[in-house]
Amino acid sequence: MFRFILKKLLYLVPTMIGITLVAFGFIRLLPGDPVLLMAGERGVSPERYAQIAAQLGYDKPVWQQYVHYLGNLLQGDLGNSLVTKKPVLDEFLALFPATVELALVAIIIATVIGVPVGVVAAIKRGSWFDQISMTGALVGFSMPIFWWGLLLIILFSGVLGWTPVSGRISLMYFFPQVTGFMLIDSLLSGDEGAFASAVSHLILPSVVLATIPLAVIARQTRSAMLEVMGEDYVRTARAKGLSPRRVIAVHALRNAMIPVITTIGLQVGVLMAGAILTETIFSWPGIGKWMIDSISRRDYPVVQSGLLLIAAIVMIVNLIVDLTYGLINPRIRHK
Amino acid sequence: MSFFSTRMLAASAFALMAAAPLHAKTFVYCSEGSPEGFDAAPYTSGTTFDASGHAVYNRLVQFKPGTTEIEPALAESWDVSEDGLEYTFHLRQGVKFHSNDKFTPSRDFSADDVIFTFERQASADHPWHEYIPGVTYEYYSSMEMDKLIKSIEKVDDHTVKFTLNQPEAPFLANVAMPFVSIVSKEYADALEAAGTREDLNNAPIGTGPFRFVAYQKDAVIRYQKNADYWGEAPKIDDLVFAITPDASVRLQKLKAGECHLMPYPAPADLEDIRADPNLKLDEQPGLNVGYLAYNTTVAPFDNPQVRKALNMAMDKQALIDAVYQGNAEIAKNPIPPTMWSYNDAVEDDKFDPEAAKAMLEEAGVSDLSMEIWAMPVQRPYMPNARRAAELIQSDFAKIGVKVEIVSYEWGEYLKKSMEEGRKGAVILGWTGDNGDPDNFLTVLLSCAAAAPGGANRAFWCNEEFSDLLAKAKAASDHDERVKLYEEAQVIFKEQAPWATLAHSTQYVPMAKNVTGFVQSPLGDYAFDTVDLAE
Amino acid sequence: MTDTTVKISDAAIRRRMLREFWFYFSQNRGAVIGLVVFVLLVLTAIFASLIAPHDPTQQYRDALLVPPIWQDGGRAGFLLGTDAVGRDMLSRLIHGAQYSLFIGIVVVAIALTGGIIIGLVAGFFGGWVDTVIMRVMDVVLAFPSLLLALVLVAVLGPGLTNAMIAIAIVYQPHFARLTRAAVMGEKAREYVTAAKVAGAGNLRLMFKTILPNCLAPLIVQATLSFSSAVLDSAALGFLGMGAQPPASEWGTMLAEAREFILRAWWVVTFPGLAILVSVLAINLMGDGLRDALDPKLKRS
Repeated sequence: MFRFILKKLLYLVPTMIGITLVAFGFIRLLPGDPVLLMAGERGVSPERYAQIAAQLGYDKPVWQQYVHYLGNLLQGDLGNSLVTKKPVLDEFLALFPATVELALVAIIIATVIGVPVGVVAAIKRGSWFDQISMTGALVGFSMPIFWWGLLLIILFSGVLGWTPVSGRISLMYFFPQVTGFMLIDSLLSGDEGAFASAVSHLILPSVVLATIPLAVIARQTRSAMLEVMGEDYVRTARAKGLSPRRVIAVHALRNAMIPVITTIGLQVGVLMAGAILTETIFSWPGIGKWMIDSISRRDYPVVQSGLLLIAAIVMIVNLIVDLTYGLINPRIRHK
Repeated sequence: MSFFSTRMLAASAFALMAAAPLHAKTFVYCSEGSPEGFDAAPYTSGTTFDASGHAVYNRLVQFKPGTTEIEPALAESWDVSEDGLEYTFHLRQGVKFHSNDKFTPSRDFSADDVIFTFERQASADHPWHEYIPGVTYEYYSSMEMDKLIKSIEKVDDHTVKFTLNQPEAPFLANVAMPFVSIVSKEYADALEAAGTREDLNNAPIGTGPFRFVAYQKDAVIRYQKNADYWGEAPKIDDLVFAITPDASVRLQKLKAGECHLMPYPAPADLEDIRADPNLKLDEQPGLNVGYLAYNTTVAPFDNPQVRKALNMAMDKQALIDAVYQGNAEIAKNPIPPTMWSYNDAVEDDKFDPEAAKAMLEEAGVSDLSMEIWAMPVQRPYMPNARRAAELIQSDFAKIGVKVEIVSYEWGEYLKKSMEEGRKGAVILGWTGDNGDPDNFLTVLLSCAAAAPGGANRAFWCNEEFSDLLAKAKAASDHDERVKLYEEAQVIFKEQAPWATLAHSTQYVPMAKNVTGFVQSPLGDYAFDTVDLAE
Repeated sequence: MTDTTVKISDAAIRRRMLREFWFYFSQNRGAVIGLVVFVLLVLTAIFASLIAPHDPTQQYRDALLVPPIWQDGGRAGFLLGTDAVGRDMLSRLIHGAQYSLFIGIVVVAIALTGGIIIGLVAGFFGGWVDTVIMRVMDVVLAFPSLLLALVLVAVLGPGLTNAMIAIAIVYQPHFARLTRAAVMGEKAREYVTAAKVAGAGNLRLMFKTILPNCLAPLIVQATLSFSSAVLDSAALGFLGMGAQPPASEWGTMLAEAREFILRAWWVVTFPGLAILVSVLAINLMGDGLRDALDPKLKRS
């Protein structure tokens, strides 16, 4: 097992190097110039420009900049934002919990609803439940979530006034950020309404973000179940006279879960992409919005290191999924 | 790692706040964006200045609320020498800096703080010049303070003397601007000793009406009233900035009572705001101008008659209705009507496509096709450049001028629009920094600004016009300056390097019970005077 | 001579396959509905200028933000109302269909061609060529697709063409991986060995012998990518990085409409609905295709 993990990790190294190249290379290709953006409508004199460029190291050849960047990276220095002048890592760590909280809640919603729906739909194949839920899943899968978010805002915040419009918690509550997760911190604060407030702020964005993963998980669960139910051993179990419920619970479900877990794990990338849109619509202070803003401000260090961090996270999660898969299904390990 | 230190700071700040009385008056401002930092000097955006310069800090002098007039602030008074080269500021005594859990000032504000504030920006050798990697002082250099100030001397603890290289009338207005907010030298020394220099930017200590409490990135900034404020104490106890970048979301929050006041409403929402019985709308002409700059060095736009003809073909009222939703006034001068020396006697080019067509023919121009550049971003002076360009396109089509609309990424746009020999006319604008006409005219239209690095996007160099500006800048007599600027505006209109489009109105929607908010013509949002009626 | 006999039987097989395919496809009600909607969409796009009551860029300056006809203040000329500069919503939506279909087709074409070539090369040659190519694909796949597309568009400059290229680049590894896997599977089969023995060249082997036998998964992936392309390009448009105004691309229309969310629901609702309906139709079709092409799912 250990060797298996090690092998997988080593496998990531060239990909990581490739990612730094892509992140760094693309950013240098970006048209537009951060120095000019900072100067805005006013403009900046050529001498001053040269001075700033030199200060930021942009006057050196690109490969030198890359080597310098890699060197810093190995020392854990991801550079400083051009806009805020603060270390990129600090900014990332300050915003990351918000995105993780949103994504975790979304994936929990998607799993808790998606798996049972898929199982029931498979068992009652062809029933009205199957048809309605699978049509619903396909609609969810086809949803432009940025529009979906706007609709929900119009309805629940605008017309009904049930949910707050944006933010993570009512401003009434002010307590220390221990974990960075508002749900946990609000509980720790001991303030009664705080948790409810955090939940009410989280509900719309997480529902929007959960929409596509929910649809994917429900569909995947259903087809995995159908496949397993058609396998010989399930048929045998059924033939042996085991109760259908037991057959499903013990045999079918467990085996069907293998591809479903993989699917859930693979939603991380989807969630990150979705977070960009969701955070933009709900003004959610997370890394998706941070990346968008940084791209438009040509904040090179933030974009390149942000890309790197996000890709690293996606890869690590995929690795964990791989390993879990290996654990559940030992056949894979020996391949 | 400073990540943890800010966390801890927030935690202890919480302890402080919990001790505050239960009936604290909390004022929530739905701000439009995150501040870049809390040290006002290295940054250039109004958002940052609202969160740092105006809330936490003071300057030597300040703009009287609601005007661009200068009044005393940390300097109680000042003398200007006969030749206009020496400014001596007499500092206010007994002014206390804020304290936080790591720092308690041992002395009052003094001349050392003033000198520290200016010198760390002025001199590259100063130990605090680049106290965070990559820090630069853009405002200081773009306002040419580095070229203007020859020396700063401490006469005594409460007197500072500035010596200038040349007489410059707008100098006082410059030192009222947020980038020279006075920071505490004692605090800087303490940070230096603790090895946490970046906290100058993360946990600001100032003399202003509010004390910084905590910042949660991209979400919330919290302040508390400065009980020892030297001026009139703020009427609210806690000030909260709820960062909400989207205009329609801001309005939603305002309506839901989640905040009390917001900046920059979407023009489309104004009607709705006026109709809401729980809200009120404060409006004031903005200190800005949106314009279309021709390239006056390229034929046929080097001919003032051609430029004038095009200006006459433009239906500006339609533009104001569609682009600004009617919330702007037609611009005829390059400076806005709220600015002193605005020449109301100047007459705008009349909208008359027929005459325009005839004028073009007279100038020997036919089959003209041109580019119009539409900026890719929204600005208060131009909410939707693309839409404006489309309107101008259809107006010009009526006099037989073909228009192609082009756009670039914002940074590219700024760069390419200043490239020599640029094809096409550029939509752009300006918002005043300090209320001085020089800040519009010299920056945007002087010969000097037509050089690389300038902002004269018409490349218009009129000696007579530029001379008038130079004279006005050196003159100390206010009435004389007014006259010179008025004359300059006449020349501008005759020569028509731009089509002046609009001065947009600034709107501030707020809850009905908000009192005492004074709109700043400079677009600042300061809350030392606001109150909430019961 | 053998050639001709082979050809005839080929055609016969193909016809029978097609019949079988249609049989399974038409059993799926959703797929047929999807197909009908899709065909309507294609027709709308083709005949947009005939169907649309107005020019989509014509600004009626006396008719700004007119609500749909059934609502108070609606006007007869504007069935679904007008936008902020007085353009007819219906006409813009109709013309928007052109963008979406065009984007889908171009993206899939680029991604499919690129992916197939890369996948064939990797799968066929194996060894270090395969390793390098697949590592590069891994790098591309490590980034969330929308984020990478955003950065790519920022590099290339915002606009429809660049958005399409960016999305195609981001999608292409999926095709490459599928092709490669299929090629690896097919390579060892007897018919390939037979062709090799018969002296077929590499190119012929790759394109004529192996490729046709791995088409099924590619077709399914292509439909999936088609709908994702419509969604992603709308998302880019929404973020201001896709088609630029005044283009009546649906995502771009949504972006422009966002400021009117409280005041004029129709400018927000309709473009999104149009995106949803067309993506849904394509996905329904994709489901039908998969069921009809994938024998394993078909049986269960």
